[in-house]
Amino acid sequence: MTSIQIIFLLAAAGTLAAGVFVVSSPKILHAALWLIVSLFGIAIMFALLQANFFAVIQVVVYIGAIAILIIFGVMLTRRIMQDTGLQLTRFWWGAALASLGIFAGLITMLSGWKAADIALPEMSSSGTTQAISQLGQALVSPDAYVLPFEAASILLVVAMIGAIYIALDRK
Amino acid sequence: MIPLSWYLVFSAALFSIGLFGVLARKNAIAILMGVELMLNAVNINLIAFWRYLTPTQVAGPAFVTMVFATAAAEVAVGLALIISAYRRRNTVTADEIDLLKG
Repeated sequence: MTSIQIIFLLAAAGTLAAGVFVVSSPKILHAALWLIVSLFGIAIMFALLQANFFAVIQVVVYIGAIAILIIFGVMLTRRIMQDTGLQLTRFWWGAALASLGIFAGLITMLSGWKAADIALPEMSSSGTTQAISQLGQALVSPDAYVLPFEAASILLVVAMIGAIYIALDRK
Repeated sequence: MIPLSWYLVFSAALFSIGLFGVLARKNAIAILMGVELMLNAVNINLIAFWRYLTPTQVAGPAFVTMVFATAAAEVAVGLALIISAYRRRNTVTADEIDLLKG
């Protein structure tokens, strides 16, 4: 077992454990903090996959913006949802059954798929840099993804304006 | 070297954990957190497939960029809705936000 595999297994175990705490922690603020741990583990995954750009974006966008936004949401709505008592619905066993079923289905599908043990193609550090500049050019090139990129920008602007409008206190 | 299947199994497990959170949690914000976990599992799948199968093409990273933008929009609107519902109904429990129930 190589060192990179050990790093992967540690990061995967940490991320999954943090994910379990996110969905099971009785205190909602603790769940939000565990979410940050989980998101950081995913940034490690991106780094292991040599997607350095996305590792940084994961930390900046998810941990820096989305997780903080969620913590703000928790704190603004805290008083009513008391931190005591069961935080799961009555049908949590059904949810557990459904998610276990999906997991089992995905694993069965993967075990019957030959390409799952494909070898990792070589990528030098200059190749990683090149991939980033390729992505940047593709996102603004009319031959590639400029239209989805602009649509995503408009979606973000619309979502932000809509969020302000919905959350506005009109009293 | 890490086989591709390890990433796929990992993201399948993360997706299932997120799904459980979405289905079983009472608090609406906790449901949003479950959605975040599911979106992240999908992102790992996309990046892993790009890295192992088509490292010279740009479609995988471009798609992940769109997922990031959509996730940010989703959280902003979702939290705004939850805060608005909290102001009007004084609750963030998904069971009690049942205005549309017949």
